[in-house]
Amino acid sequence: MNDKRIRLAHGSGGKLSHDLVTGVMLPAFANAALNELHDGARINMPGVKLAFTTDSYVVKPLFFAGGNIGKLAVCGTVNDLAMCGADPHYLSAGFIIEEGFPVADLIRIVESMQAAASEAGVAIVTGDTKVVEKGAVDGIYINTAGIGAVIDGTGISPTRVRPGQDIILSGPVGNHAVAIMALRHGLVLPQTVTSDCAPLNGLVKELLSAVPDVAVLRDPTRGGLATTLNEIAQQAAVGILVEEAAIPVQPEVAAACDILGFDPLYLANEGKMIIFSQPQASERLLAILKGHKYGKEAGIIGKVTDSPAGQVGLRTLIGGIRLLDMPVADQLPRIC
Amino acid sequence: MLNNRQETMRQAAAFFTGEIDRLITKPVRLMEVCGTHTVAIFRAGIRQLLPPQVELVSGPGCPVCVTPNDYLDTAVAYSRLPDVIITTFGDMLRVPGSASSLAAEKAAGSDIRIVYSPLESLDIAAAHPEKKIIFLAVGFETTAPLAAATVLEAERRGLANFYVLSAHKLVPPALSALLADREVRVDGFLLPGNVSAMIGEQPYCFLAEKYHLPGVIAGFDPLDILQSVYMLARQIHASTAIVENQYRRIVRHEGNPAARQVLTQVYETVDAAWRGMGVIPASGLGVNDRYRRFNALAALPLQVEKASEQAACRCGEVLRGIIKPADCLLFGKACVPEHPVGSCMVSVEGTCAAWYKYGAGKWQV
Repeated sequence: MNDKRIRLAHGSGGKLSHDLVTGVMLPAFANAALNELHDGARINMPGVKLAFTTDSYVVKPLFFAGGNIGKLAVCGTVNDLAMCGADPHYLSAGFIIEEGFPVADLIRIVESMQAAASEAGVAIVTGDTKVVEKGAVDGIYINTAGIGAVIDGTGISPTRVRPGQDIILSGPVGNHAVAIMALRHGLVLPQTVTSDCAPLNGLVKELLSAVPDVAVLRDPTRGGLATTLNEIAQQAAVGILVEEAAIPVQPEVAAACDILGFDPLYLANEGKMIIFSQPQASERLLAILKGHKYGKEAGIIGKVTDSPAGQVGLRTLIGGIRLLDMPVADQLPRIC
Repeated sequence: MLNNRQETMRQAAAFFTGEIDRLITKPVRLMEVCGTHTVAIFRAGIRQLLPPQVELVSGPGCPVCVTPNDYLDTAVAYSRLPDVIITTFGDMLRVPGSASSLAAEKAAGSDIRIVYSPLESLDIAAAHPEKKIIFLAVGFETTAPLAAATVLEAERRGLANFYVLSAHKLVPPALSALLADREVRVDGFLLPGNVSAMIGEQPYCFLAEKYHLPGVIAGFDPLDILQSVYMLARQIHASTAIVENQYRRIVRHEGNPAARQVLTQVYETVDAAWRGMGVIPASGLGVNDRYRRFNALAALPLQVEKASEQAACRCGEVLRGIIKPADCLLFGKACVPEHPVGSCMVSVEGTCAAWYKYGAGKWQV
């Protein structure tokens, strides 16, 4: 592809569109299904329960410490499938690109998408590209959809959450959001603060192979840990009590949150998961998590309780318990 | 499993709450003046740890909450001028004025920018010489010195298009007005550590001398707050009333004279209107004549319609500790953080927002 910048014509469906696909997408994503360049991809998945998901990514800034919008678009959809107890196989990728967007940036994005897809063991088998006028979108938006096979013997569902179950968190929270917000607010952070963006399906497969009757898996993305716990408490009509002391937050992330006035428990993560499981399985799950690069700092953060139904309590460092509620508005910088 | 530090924290907390329970034998009301304390108390679950005879009430210590509608209406009116850029801390955006909010004006196209420091306004002023940059100077003694320093820096940089719209307020006169109010009943004060770092201990002495009420300058960690309540409990038990300083690691007896010097160079004490408390004599800071050209009201006069208040909103009584948020008919119904009616529900440090967010501070298993 010769152009240095995306033009409206790249989305027209004509030759330039073809150039874009064959010059940028195919070299990055090449596989048998995509190479056929149909409107959709024919995939063979006979006799399996399928999981299917889609998500759109409009993150700003597009590039951040630990990832970019492309890596996020792949990991997010892979993780959504994994959290259903599925083994992801195929993804689609839809791009909405602003006229004038640098092709070099697009190449960086698709290459990191392919890198993430390779790590996750999935193939990006179909896609779509639209180019819109300058100002109509903010650089580039990506939609990914994914399909996967539900792992035998699993039945992930909030209805299986019961009082007495342990709640396991796979690692420190808040890194992704802080890495992004630091850029937005011009805050210089140590290099140790990077997005946790990562595909978790390999780890999930190991966990579910060892303990198929895990009640629920969730990745605490937008809204963070607090929101996810509240959703489960409400869906399962149980109480949840978590220990502040047991929830890991990287000190640099905590410091940035102090400066910006944010609560790390409400911040987005892109490579963490929460597991609800019977206590007798906890040690086994923890051993697998701690032996995996994406679960080294895993720990039990709390328990499911009988009551109050639908509410999450947080036992604080000094031993008091307070409500950990759903966020009701964007977190804004505070005044003093 | 708890590590040693956490175990020590819990033991210390248990010691303080046990002693508070032992020392306080009849119901007392202690006011945390500062919004940062209010939030810290809820966040740490302190309300649940304290014995039932100790009631914590929140005071007028959230600068956003005590900013009256006429100030917001003025800010909104400025924001509608085509050659004006408003700079503000994020908290101010959603506070409803009489008929609009800065957030609504921003959505309608006004140029309103969130800053983390007033100094950021100067870069905006330098980058937009054709515009007038108005910084909404809201806050207590804690933030006012930085706003004053920004005016001095604007002068040093020769910026002719930077202005402040000051709603800075002073804490001790508000406490004085509060105690003159017969409806207010308080047995002791947790005094704001951040404000005290600037003004020191002396400005609070009237609490003890005139009203025989104990006060403790308190830090913001959970154990700071519990220890400060314990120090108040000791005074109440012994029927003494002095100003003590729990936050000695930050607050010096004399405060921060250098910061106060900057403040007095740029500002002068003025009578100021507080939401829910009316005009309190000598409780605000206005830009003095020497720096008049930086004073938005003086340099850019404009007409603003007379402000109106929401009739049913009881933020004023909440701010004076007379009622609890739940006593307001709007609380949690018409007034929720998504659609706040009053300022106490808007600000992160607002009393109503904290009560709503943390479920009144107690979680029952």
